[in-house]
Amino acid sequence: MKALMSTVLALMLPLLASATEVPGYTLTLKDHRYQPAELHLPANTRVKVELVNQDPSPEEFESDDFPAEKIVMPNSRISIFIGPFKPGRYRFYGDFHQPTAQGTLVVE
Amino acid sequence: MWAIALLVFREVLEAALIVTVVAAATRGVSRRGWFVGGGIALGVLGALLVALSASLLADAFSGAGQELFNAGILIAAVLMIGWHVLWMSSHGRELSRQMQALGTAVHRGVSSLGLLLLVVALAVLREGSEVVLFLYGMRAGGADHLWAGLALGVLAGAAVGFGLYAGLLRIPLRHFFGATNAMLVLLAAGLASSAARYLIQADLLPAWGQPLWDSSWLLGNGSLLGQTAHVLIGYDARPAGMQMVFLAMTLLVLWWGARFMRRQQTPRVRPGTTPSRTTSVDDAASNLGQRTLA
Repeated sequence: MKALMSTVLALMLPLLASATEVPGYTLTLKDHRYQPAELHLPANTRVKVELVNQDPSPEEFESDDFPAEKIVMPNSRISIFIGPFKPGRYRFYGDFHQPTAQGTLVVE
Repeated sequence: MWAIALLVFREVLEAALIVTVVAAATRGVSRRGWFVGGGIALGVLGALLVALSASLLADAFSGAGQELFNAGILIAAVLMIGWHVLWMSSHGRELSRQMQALGTAVHRGVSSLGLLLLVVALAVLREGSEVVLFLYGMRAGGADHLWAGLALGVLAGAAVGFGLYAGLLRIPLRHFFGATNAMLVLLAAGLASSAARYLIQADLLPAWGQPLWDSSWLLGNGSLLGQTAHVLIGYDARPAGMQMVFLAMTLLVLWWGARFMRRQQTPRVRPGTTPSRTTSVDDAASNLGQRTLA
């Protein structure tokens, strides 16, 4: 367990510094829908997605296809790091409003 | 109402599965019910507090507060479960002898039982805070039958937990604690993988292959069975490489650790005396069954 913890810590240090160099994209939530519903991303690149929630209720940005699970409070924004992806389509959704809050990453 | 019930059910299910494994692993311990109940109550209280401070949390650590909080909770749970598993493998035999002698439940087991209470509390806190935020949003949106949906979801989630518990009780007593210990190890490994997931999305860890493989055609993450497998054995249909590193390391450390602890305390006995030793351990187990578990 100690080995695990020290490995984690050792890996975290250099990565904290590299966090600012990735390209950024923006997603907006309005009326419990993602805009744009299809976000085009380059393959094999780590990107930072900023999610702006314009709704008066909290939402949870989540995906079953890639690591993503983050709550965004009403009228506020979060950022999340995703990728690098192989080319393909990756679905994401809003856990709290699944009937409408659906989106896809199109990686090419 | 059904949409509300379904989401609440999914969150409660995850917590209920963890609580069930912990409850099974502490079977026969005196005042166990109070420990588990106390853990759940503590978790609900914590969930309300976390939901209330969600905005604060979101802004902490330059936006990575949520990820660090979740990963921290998960890693704490992994360490607590790990400690309990290792403690059990070093004291398990001694305990069953004690139980035979005293004819009562485990007293010394309480030290690591307190840790498992916290594991229950953390599981409930994590899933519960999402439920609270969800219900808050639904209420703001003027949804109907909020409380009915909540009640239905909680009851259904708890029912699955009780169902699993009833199933686990059918494991023969001789293999019971071995089985629940193995389940705890797998549970811890899955939680470690989830912790990695949060650290990846906060860019504190690299993904190392995204995805490493894709088995969503067989069992999707979003399906009920996939979600259950996710909690119980750390299943992920499209895992990042780093998640599997966390999972494998937890499995290895706990498996080797438990083996090492067991070997440390195995008494050196002459070949001739081995059968009676075995019998006394088995007797202890069956006595335990008659006296405290029946």
